[in-house]
Amino acid sequence: MRLFKIRGGVHPHDRKSLSADRPIEDLPLPPLLHIPLQQHIGATATPAVRRGQKVAKGDLLAHSQGMISAPVHAPTSGRIVGIGRYPAHHASGLNVHTITLQPDGEDRWSNAIHGIEDPFALEPEEIAARVSAAGIVGMGGATFPSAVKLNLRKRYSLHTLVINGAECEPYLTCDDRLMREQTDEVLDGVRIIAHALGVFRVLNAIENNKPQAQRAMEAAIANLAPATSGSGNAIPGAGEIRVARLPTRYPMGSEKHLVQTLVGLETPARGLTADIGVVVHNPATALAVHEALRHGRPLVARVMTVSGGAISRPTNLRVPLGTPLQHLIDHCEGFRVEPTRLISGGPMMGQPLPGTRVPTVKGSNGLLALSAEEADSREAMPCIRCASCVRACPCGLLPLEMALHARAGDLEGVVKLGLMDCIGCGSCSYVCPSHIPLVQYFNYAKGEMAARGRAKQKQTETKRLAEQRTARMEAIQQAKREAMAQHKREAAAKKAAEEAAARGANEALEENAA
Amino acid sequence: VSTEHLIAGPYAHERTSVSRTMGLVMLALLPATLLGLWQFGWPAIFLFLVTVAAALAAEAASLAIAGKPMRPFLTDGSAVLTGWLLAMTLPPWAPWWIGVVGSLIAIVVAKQVFGGIGQNLFNPAMVARVVLLISFPLEMTSFVSPQPLLAGTSPGFLEGLAITFGGAAAGTQFDAVSSATLLGHLRTELGQGHALSQVFPDGFGAVPSAVGLISGSMGETSALLILLGGLFLIFKRIISWHIPAAMIGTLTLLAGLMHLYDPEHYAGPLYHLVSGATLLGAFFIATDLVTSPVSTRGQLIFGAGVGLLVYIIRTWANYPEGVAFAVLIMNACAPLIDHWVKPRVYGRDRKGEPLDYDRRRQRILGNAVQLLHTLLGRGRETAG
Repeated sequence: MRLFKIRGGVHPHDRKSLSADRPIEDLPLPPLLHIPLQQHIGATATPAVRRGQKVAKGDLLAHSQGMISAPVHAPTSGRIVGIGRYPAHHASGLNVHTITLQPDGEDRWSNAIHGIEDPFALEPEEIAARVSAAGIVGMGGATFPSAVKLNLRKRYSLHTLVINGAECEPYLTCDDRLMREQTDEVLDGVRIIAHALGVFRVLNAIENNKPQAQRAMEAAIANLAPATSGSGNAIPGAGEIRVARLPTRYPMGSEKHLVQTLVGLETPARGLTADIGVVVHNPATALAVHEALRHGRPLVARVMTVSGGAISRPTNLRVPLGTPLQHLIDHCEGFRVEPTRLISGGPMMGQPLPGTRVPTVKGSNGLLALSAEEADSREAMPCIRCASCVRACPCGLLPLEMALHARAGDLEGVVKLGLMDCIGCGSCSYVCPSHIPLVQYFNYAKGEMAARGRAKQKQTETKRLAEQRTARMEAIQQAKREAMAQHKREAAAKKAAEEAAARGANEALEENAA
Repeated sequence: VSTEHLIAGPYAHERTSVSRTMGLVMLALLPATLLGLWQFGWPAIFLFLVTVAAALAAEAASLAIAGKPMRPFLTDGSAVLTGWLLAMTLPPWAPWWIGVVGSLIAIVVAKQVFGGIGQNLFNPAMVARVVLLISFPLEMTSFVSPQPLLAGTSPGFLEGLAITFGGAAAGTQFDAVSSATLLGHLRTELGQGHALSQVFPDGFGAVPSAVGLISGSMGETSALLILLGGLFLIFKRIISWHIPAAMIGTLTLLAGLMHLYDPEHYAGPLYHLVSGATLLGAFFIATDLVTSPVSTRGQLIFGAGVGLLVYIIRTWANYPEGVAFAVLIMNACAPLIDHWVKPRVYGRDRKGEPLDYDRRRQRILGNAVQLLHTLLGRGRETAG
């Protein structure tokens, strides 16, 4: 198929061979699972269990809260031993609301869960509701609640579903393995999503460094069952679903750049890909949708890559959510050499980890332990204006100018240069010969902007409240004044009436006297 | 696990560094430099060494005064490269102090006073060259015809020392070999009212000029080797093709047009390309990373500006060669170009507004309808 060019990008050493040929292993249960209540973008879920309560695998542990949120379920059967705070899977390592579950070793699924015979007979809203109830979020790392994206047909005219199997981050091979090992299940999930969105064009986008995954998906598409479900609803079949072979280039997996590569249109700034009729989901999300619809199973485990030069035995693992990362490392026979960096996700956009105690969450696609040689961190030199960053930026920005303004504390200047259009892909830092931590500057500036936004909002809110209070006090005063005036008027009238009465009486007396 | 340096990613890096960038530029300069050193013998070698050493010493002294760390800045290769480029633009038999004064001007005045590497507005080597040219016109315009090393006519090691350090060139047997550059020769002849066909009855000698068997500074002689080095830099993605292409293109176009207009008084494009510092300027001077614009469109404008100015200065101004002046003038414009010419941001139009496909579709549709009406002769009614 015809592909379109995107600007910029880099070609990092992909190092996928470390784990690409390792089949997915089921990680044995750890002694304790620490399940955070917020593993998604949006509001924290609220606990639905008590301490000491026994739960089965798939039981609801916490309800979602509000429009953008996701529930959390028990990754295995066992007993709730704690509802409290535990270090987060986040660079800060701050304590967050977490439910601690002690597995009973039976790994028994709840009796309450039921699959659907024919998901294609369901209304789109019903599919979205089930996906929402299963706690499914975007599993490429963004962790945006998937159900919200399934309901986009109401507001946008959609024509294409893109399955983002680019996996352009170095090291990561979990989506690659999923597409090779669970091809039919992934494809079923893809068709269910397509049915929910009402689109009849599906593109499975896979980079050319994953030829086995490309071939596996193509073969599975060719073997698809008839394109009509039992209920008579048409569903996308071999004619509508295709594999798009992408050139290997980072950040090909950036949603908006992937869509541009496939359909040739840029997503308008501050908009969604849905603005140009395209919705993007991840293969792991598609698998979760398949599990939720066909088997009624909520999202309780995910596949992730454990890799890096410091890991003794890099591999791909199916990990129950809430498993402490140390358990994964132990399963991979520990460290070969002392790691310089521990990273959640890929090396380009991943986050540094505060330690190995923290739990696995829905958005964890990789755990990397990098050796000193791989991390290659050096002291920053002054910028030589070589414009490598300008050529590498896929968003058409001037990273060197932005960093200059950020360093000078000129936030307005950075924003004017397009800070909010920066996707944080790190291509600029990757190519910088002076090793300037450009993304660090941009993250700082974005953080400052957010803080300013909050401060401004707070200020406006305070001002509004103060104004309301003034208005209220004014109204009370006014009411008091009016009441007083009324009172005065009444008193005056009364006095006048009394006087009149008294005068009348006097006159009468005088008359009488007369 | 160390938790220090917990900073934002990426945690992978291309194998690049400032010293690698500078090293590759030097590697690209090497063939032309070696040919130049061989052609002009021991005096050229001594001048080259003195100039580079002076640049390093000036850099070290400046760093010491500014209290900056020595190691990273002395080893980044930028001072060596500046000295090297300056040496390439000096008359090969110039006395040693030309190289020293030039290096001091380049490193101290043009680079460190602005704040060191990456901060200078003007190309240091070109600043030095222009200051030298204006201050010491005699030394800066005394060229010799090639005297290949080890050839019988060339000065030996000791004679070389005498020429570079003792000012021995004048008044000796070597005085006879002094020779004007091609550009200087043509300038003088045209100034005396001679036509091109009289000056170069058998052509100007494109082949010797391209290969480098002519008088001039080391960087001005072998157009071919400079071109080779430039292509290497483009291939290694140290520079992009935009500045060289725009500069050479503009120069070629102007020279071509003027030559067509009056072939007797305006030399053709090939003459301008292979003579003087055109190619050195296009690939190594104008493309100086620090002092040129960062966006590709900005680089095209910058390169075209340099080409235009080179042609104007060579043809109508007082100096036979104009690359240094042209580059400096465009250096001054680079911040302005960077301010006004920026790449289009993803998802936005050139004005910075978010893309609006509906509006664009309507506009295109509207234009089509308008066109149709115009074609049918009913444009006026639609417009009304």
